[in-house]
Amino acid sequence: MPILQPIGRTMLAFMTATGRLSIFTAISVSHCFRPPLYPRLILRQMVEIGFYSLPVVGLTAIFTGMVLALQSYTGFARFSAESAIPNVVIVSITRELGPVLAGLMVAGRVGAAMAAEIGTMRVTEQIDALDTLATNPFKYLVAPRLIAGVTMMPLLVLVADTIGVFGGYLVSTAKLGFNPATYIQNTIDFMEFQDVFSGVVKAAVFGFIITLMGCYNGYTSKGGAQGVGMATTNAVVSASILILSSNYLITELFFAR
Amino acid sequence: MNASAGNGVPKIRVRGLHKAFGQNQVLRGLDLDVGVGESVVVIGGSGIGKSVLLKCILGLLVPESGSIEVDGKDVMGATGEARDQALRKFGMLFQSAALFDSLSVWENVAFGLVQGQGMTRADSKEIAMEKLVDVGLGAEVAELSPSELSVGMRKRVGLARAIATEPEIIFFDEPTTGLDPIMGDVIDDLIVKCVRQLGATALSITHDMASARKISDRIAMLYGGKIVWIGPTGDIDTTDNPFVDQFIHGRAEGPITLQTRAL
Repeated sequence: MPILQPIGRTMLAFMTATGRLSIFTAISVSHCFRPPLYPRLILRQMVEIGFYSLPVVGLTAIFTGMVLALQSYTGFARFSAESAIPNVVIVSITRELGPVLAGLMVAGRVGAAMAAEIGTMRVTEQIDALDTLATNPFKYLVAPRLIAGVTMMPLLVLVADTIGVFGGYLVSTAKLGFNPATYIQNTIDFMEFQDVFSGVVKAAVFGFIITLMGCYNGYTSKGGAQGVGMATTNAVVSASILILSSNYLITELFFAR
Repeated sequence: MNASAGNGVPKIRVRGLHKAFGQNQVLRGLDLDVGVGESVVVIGGSGIGKSVLLKCILGLLVPESGSIEVDGKDVMGATGEARDQALRKFGMLFQSAALFDSLSVWENVAFGLVQGQGMTRADSKEIAMEKLVDVGLGAEVAELSPSELSVGMRKRVGLARAIATEPEIIFFDEPTTGLDPIMGDVIDDLIVKCVRQLGATALSITHDMASARKISDRIAMLYGGKIVWIGPTGDIDTTDNPFVDQFIHGRAEGPITLQTRAL
């Protein structure tokens, strides 16, 4: 059956990969809750993920907010509904654009770096060395990154939300003739706790996905420089796809009626 | 030294070890004893499973079948605390030294003390400095990053890290590969000195015969997934074993055929 063979092989490969990832995830998460934890390493990863991602996430957010205001104006002016712009900006940014765009940017920045670092450690036997020095690589390498990812992404997204809304405010007041005080008042009126909260939950999930994919692809990489390169690519691609698909699921959970 | 390993329990006892990667059967029923305080060197061509043997004993790879005993205790498949306890007896010098490049030189050397034994940074730094002196490095390298060191220096730091916890057993994975002959000899001298100082048991793998002769009490030849010859270092030149003969004289013709697949 030469037709069925490749299908079966693909299915088996997919199942194997899913199983491996599940086991990896279970072990990693269990190490996040079992002492000893490494506060110094967690802190270093928090700085790496949270602080050093600020410029790229901030730039993404401000331009997104600006474009959003501009485009909404073009559309809404046809119905004389320009006054809805603050509403559109705050809802879109806090619910979707803040968390998703920040997630994708951090996946590119942090996920890739993690896969490359851990992948290099794998192919240069540093992970084996950790093990022989009676240090669990999951506890030492993976757990600090997961903890930092899950805690820092929500904070990063709150910053992105703020900057994104500010971008909309800039364009609306400077270019579209909105009254600054009215714009801010409208923004505050339209801001819903649930919108912001859903965005923060998404951010935590994305933070987990990004760091998990970075660690998993790095940890399982093999075959020298090429293997590390492939791990880096896979980390970013898989994290991005998982971010977009889980984004839909979380949105469904929060807002489907 | 205890060359025959006949008296008492051997430090490491490996029996019937099988390990395959997919279709590629690498170890096929390997037996090996390493006596207490003895230094055994396993020689053999590149890519025939010498590293796999070490990694199986350390539990980095899980063999399909066979048994591995350390001090008479079965360590195969040990997990958690049991494995940590077994690992504390070991030190290992990796082929490329495998220093952690996110840490400074002294932090590398002190790693096992801080993480494995819970020593404070200040205490561990003191011991790390002593160990660096033992391998011929001064305080000036302590704060450097491993990437700033030459290959030979890295091996020295790797050796210092391997002996820092004063392990009972030390593994050397191709200690002289990638070094010039003089630096290789320096590392060999250091290995002999450190192993003696600690009274440790040593198991090394290499294909460098000069190094093997220098650091071993006994030499074992690995071919086809088994030990095909083992004997005191002095006997290696007089044995009529065709595998050993071909290997130590580096002849292309003989019973050993080339391994094409990498491991």
